Amino acid sequence: MAERTHGAVETGIVTVTVRVSRFHPETDRSSGQQDYLVPAGPGMTVLDALVYIKEHLDGSLAYRSSCRMGICGSCGMFISGLPRLACQTQIRALGPVVTVEPLPNYPVVRDVVPDLEPMVTHHTAVRPFIVRGGEEQEYPTAEYLQTPVELDAYLQFAYCIKCGICLSACPTLATDPAFAGPQALAQVYRYSADSRDDGRRARLGAVDIAHGIWRCHLAGACTEACPKGVDPALAIQLLKRLIVADVLGIGRRRGPAPVAPPDMQAQRRPDIPAAPPATVPGGSGAQKNQP
Amino acid sequence: MRESRWWILSLSAAALMVVLLTLHMGLMHLSGLMKVLGVDPGDVRSFAAVMERGRSLAQMVFYLLFLGAALYHGLYGLRSVLLEVTPPRGQGVLSGLVLAAGLLAFAYGAYVTVRTFTG
Amino acid sequence: MAEAARRVQSGPPKRIGVRGWVYAGRYGLDRYLYILQRASGLGLILYLFLHIYETGIRLRGEAAWSATMALFRTPVFVVFEFILFAGFVFHALNGLRLIFAELGWLLGPPTRPVYPYRTSIRRHRPWVYALMVLTGLFVALAAWDIFVLLD
Repeated sequence: MAERTHGAVETGIVTVTVRVSRFHPETDRSSGQQDYLVPAGPGMTVLDALVYIKEHLDGSLAYRSSCRMGICGSCGMFISGLPRLACQTQIRALGPVVTVEPLPNYPVVRDVVPDLEPMVTHHTAVRPFIVRGGEEQEYPTAEYLQTPVELDAYLQFAYCIKCGICLSACPTLATDPAFAGPQALAQVYRYSADSRDDGRRARLGAVDIAHGIWRCHLAGACTEACPKGVDPALAIQLLKRLIVADVLGIGRRRGPAPVAPPDMQAQRRPDIPAAPPATVPGGSGAQKNQP
Repeated sequence: MRESRWWILSLSAAALMVVLLTLHMGLMHLSGLMKVLGVDPGDVRSFAAVMERGRSLAQMVFYLLFLGAALYHGLYGLRSVLLEVTPPRGQGVLSGLVLAAGLLAFAYGAYVTVRTFTG
Repeated sequence: MAEAARRVQSGPPKRIGVRGWVYAGRYGLDRYLYILQRASGLGLILYLFLHIYETGIRLRGEAAWSATMALFRTPVFVVFEFILFAGFVFHALNGLRLIFAELGWLLGPPTRPVYPYRTSIRRHRPWVYALMVLTGLFVALAAWDIFVLLD
């Protein structure tokens, strides 16, 4: 995002006009815009400006934020023509008038608060968790064995903070709400490429449909917009390769990562006390295997 | 695992057409350049040249293959675009219409090709 | 589960819609290549239908065929032929890049995201530039042939 927010940062306060989209669905038929004059010092983010507006100018402004440091994914907004995190956007790099609108392709709850339900629905539909046969996931006995190379195959895509910005950027979603969306598809790859996972079949079945992965045409807007460098476009193209290899029956199929055998498991240090007795009938697998 | 088959087929048709269509376009539209390079195909679009090409078996097979690949790839793309702007309920109807258009066009094109071949 | 708890009345989403196929906003080159690929593809399939019809004219005999070919030598059609050729060259070369990229080849392996992020889309830009140069070259050749050599 550095390429987009670069600008000369002078010292002193500059007055910036923040044009915020205002919309109360109960009373308004369409959204309007309201201008606020915000004194912007160096280093001020768009989120800081919204906080300033709410505290000093207009307490009725609604926006969503939490960590203010680019890790929670709450403050995604359409700022001056691009979907970005408000807490990661320097207001003085955007010019004298900054427009703040809700993320496109999501219903609007109020003002600049999007209803992220489309993303959540698609995300849960692809079963975004490790799927394995047997009881190991429910009653873990030991760690799985995974090499650093196997980790690198999917780690980049595990950094997704579910901010929903990629769905706003995607051109397919701009016309087709039934499309699965870059976030869900990237997470299908994140789990399918994870050597610990064994649930590839079911997940691929969910996205190998007409409005699934094949309506991605590599416009790359999702990757450009992603604030965490997750590169969903890369995940999706790698997923296409996985599916094609599957359909054509080529490529090696390794089994899921094995559980560490006893001689490779971490051992409890003698000065650390053992776990207390189980409170749940049956106990956890780890407690069964206490040395 | 079904939509992937159509997509893979479209990609295969595309790969085939990069070769075939380049040859076709080169012959039809770049004959001036070919002359400069020393190969003179004559007036490629004259009735005589067209009918002569059409009467060779190799050409007939080439045209049928080419027509099939081009129609499939083009109509898969068209269906793709239309799917994105129509609601999911109409999906089956849309695919059916596109398929029908494709079969009709192929039938007509094949008829022309075979008639040219048989004379 | 969430549906029962949902009492919020939301407004409709803003969607850029089909307008986005003309101007998509401040996105990068790849999005516009996608739009052009779509536009050239639609143009080509439309042309294909007309072309299949036109090839059938040969069955009506030499006179009809020659008249059609004479029509195609008029300036309007010559310009159209050039546009068609340019559209085909772009669609084919970009399509070739897409065949490789969509099968995961040109984009490179996953990397750890370290700010400032070098995305796979940016990393594969040399291929995009190569295809633009090749497209320009072939279009120039076609222009020479169609407009200068008049063939």
